[in-house]
Amino acid sequence: MKKFAAILLASSMVLAVTACGGSKEEAQTAPAETAEATEETAADVPVMTHEEYMAAALDTPVCVETYVQATQSWWDGVITVYAQSEDGAYFLYNMACAEEDAAKLVPGQKIKVNGFKTEWSGEVEIVDATFEFEEGSYIAEPADVTALLGTDELEAHQNERVSFTDMTVEAKGDNGDAFLYAWDGSGSADSDSDLYFDVSKDGETYTFTVEYYLCGPGSDAYEAVRNLKVGDVIDIEGFMYWYEGPQTHVTGVTVK
Amino acid sequence: MNKHSSMRRLISIAAALVLALSLTGCHGARSRTGFTVPESFDTSQTHEITFWAKNDTNKTQTQIYEKAIRDFEALYPNIKVKIRLYTDYGKIYNDVITNIATNTTPDVCITYPDHIATYRTGSDVVVPLDDLLADSRYGLGGSELLYEGPGQDGIIPEFLSECVLSGSTYALPFMRSTEACYVNRTFVEALGYEMPEVLTWDFVWEVSEAAMKKNADGTFAVNGQKVMIPFIYKSTDNMMIQMLRQKDGGYSTDAGEILIFNDTTRELLLTIAEHAKTGAFSTFKISSYPANFLNAGQCIFAVDSTAGSTWMGAGAPLSDISDEAKVDFETEVCMVPQFDPSTPAMISQGPSVCIFNKEDPQQVLASWLFAQYLLTNDVQTAYAETEGYVPVTVPARASEAYQDYLASGGEDGDLHYQVKIDATRLLLDSTEHTFVTPVFNGSASLRDASGQLIENVTKSVRRKETVDSAYIDKLFSTVRSMYRLDQIEAQGGERDLGPLPAESKALLICLGVAWVFIAACWLREQRRQRKS
Repeated sequence: MKKFAAILLASSMVLAVTACGGSKEEAQTAPAETAEATEETAADVPVMTHEEYMAAALDTPVCVETYVQATQSWWDGVITVYAQSEDGAYFLYNMACAEEDAAKLVPGQKIKVNGFKTEWSGEVEIVDATFEFEEGSYIAEPADVTALLGTDELEAHQNERVSFTDMTVEAKGDNGDAFLYAWDGSGSADSDSDLYFDVSKDGETYTFTVEYYLCGPGSDAYEAVRNLKVGDVIDIEGFMYWYEGPQTHVTGVTVK
Repeated sequence: MNKHSSMRRLISIAAALVLALSLTGCHGARSRTGFTVPESFDTSQTHEITFWAKNDTNKTQTQIYEKAIRDFEALYPNIKVKIRLYTDYGKIYNDVITNIATNTTPDVCITYPDHIATYRTGSDVVVPLDDLLADSRYGLGGSELLYEGPGQDGIIPEFLSECVLSGSTYALPFMRSTEACYVNRTFVEALGYEMPEVLTWDFVWEVSEAAMKKNADGTFAVNGQKVMIPFIYKSTDNMMIQMLRQKDGGYSTDAGEILIFNDTTRELLLTIAEHAKTGAFSTFKISSYPANFLNAGQCIFAVDSTAGSTWMGAGAPLSDISDEAKVDFETEVCMVPQFDPSTPAMISQGPSVCIFNKEDPQQVLASWLFAQYLLTNDVQTAYAETEGYVPVTVPARASEAYQDYLASGGEDGDLHYQVKIDATRLLLDSTEHTFVTPVFNGSASLRDASGQLIENVTKSVRRKETVDSAYIDKLFSTVRSMYRLDQIEAQGGERDLGPLPAESKALLICLGVAWVFIAACWLREQRRQRKS
């Protein structure tokens, strides 16, 4: 009798664990892991060249093998990646990524990416993407596109590592500052503000951006821009991001 | 908003934080005793109060905050206000939650009632304002105030009531806005339609589909361009919330019971999918800012906040697109589309101000004095005029300066930009038609979930997926899980939890049987002892 009672109590414990287990599992489901569960995967698409990728229609599944050039900071199961292969560049917006894998997405790392091609304000990008690591390494040399500023040809370099040489820092905003926190100066040093600064070349002025989540405070680019002075002549490196036109995400500034 | 490359990221961060933090609450926060209004404000003591403020990436708003601080400090030299600027509610929310755990919250903070519901899961974290509001010395119209604020009945009642949670007032409204549909009237008429007095969903869908007609060269007939998305919605959570409200379709109860996964939602999603499939409808997250398309003549119905009105319409003083891309057209500001024009419903939104509790009641009182100062006429009217906001106080609305401002619509294309003032008037004239959604711990996640439903169906049809009833079933399940709505609902504790799961029933039966056997064993032992 006592043995029977003990078995019953033991069974109860097992059932209790079983009953609680389901809810715990559900609670641990990360939003990013389930975010696109209703959508079809793009896993069956063959690997494309950059030319094939550019020819693909918007909102269709795409697959590319490419190399990480830089990443924005990881957040909540996703990471935004600037990637480039020898034949062209890609912007991988909010790609699904575990935090431990984010640390392995170092410049040069080869990855295979499945996702959907889309366009947002002129920026052609891959969204709802997943990836896997592959063997291989490549870091692109920045293409000097200074001569293409103000021309339609610049768009052909979208998302690539690019550089601009001998640019002159111009005054920006009402107070003649060398840079602004946020596009109109409404940001501040202690907020998550992108930096905006103007430079000129051959009498034309262009705006450049230091993206907070790519090169935030403490990074060489962020600090270099914060130390700019109007009239400085500088070389700029960055990624050819697009938002209603060119909006280079700056990764390096050298004052001459 | 614009020229802000981090905005897309911020939006997703905000959504994620709302989800994660509404569930984790404020565990670990040290308990603090409730606040009692001091007898008097000690002017011999210096206070530094921190003010976490939000602007719409708008420099003028920043300058207004800074001027308000300077003017306030001149009145109260023993109070120093240190401002920290944000451009996103989600980031403020994140930082507040982080700082609750370490007792380093700001003193005064711009916020949303949805967020306060989460802050309140900590003990005495947010100061209830009822006693302060009513205090004869330092309350509304108080005798000891060094400035002229609104009196006891000076705050628009609808807006003050939005700050009431569980029977207590936890915030002061600061500014209010709503959504507006900014319409390219020129295109509507070119398509052979007349603008109705009140926009209806049927009208918007019909005109949008008509605008999809193309020329032989592939350009759209209405604008002669290669791009046309006739209807773009910025905030799809508001879209779903307002549609459900207008159809009385069920969103949530006040206690936090989730009602959104219902047949009305299903019907709405299928309709939205139908128009997304033809390309007649899209969203900000999928396509970009409605203003960019509207101002380029590539959109006819652009729904965005009235607080974004300076970006909307031909001649908008703020714009992200090049001058060459802009087209000229007649812009009309309308109430968001309605199902029944005779009973319109539109969302009320906008920043509120809450005060965090501190060990020193004098510090809290200093915070209150500053928060209340934000309701003075100068601050209210100046800030409201930066965008399509409306002042939240009766005196500010009635002030001569504000009435002059409203009457000067169209006099210039900047401060008196006609579209902005039309957007402002839309809310001023329709306050009785505004509503807010119930606030509970997790209500912010439900809000995000409602928008996710629309985003998903729109994205899916663009990718040639089949959106039918089976798809919606799966979507409901996915979104419910993604935003952990079951757990949020369970926290409400006032719903019918349904039948017990089989495992639970077996557990209870086993426990019952075990206790019966234990009792039987005990009785048998007792009998044996008696016999012996």
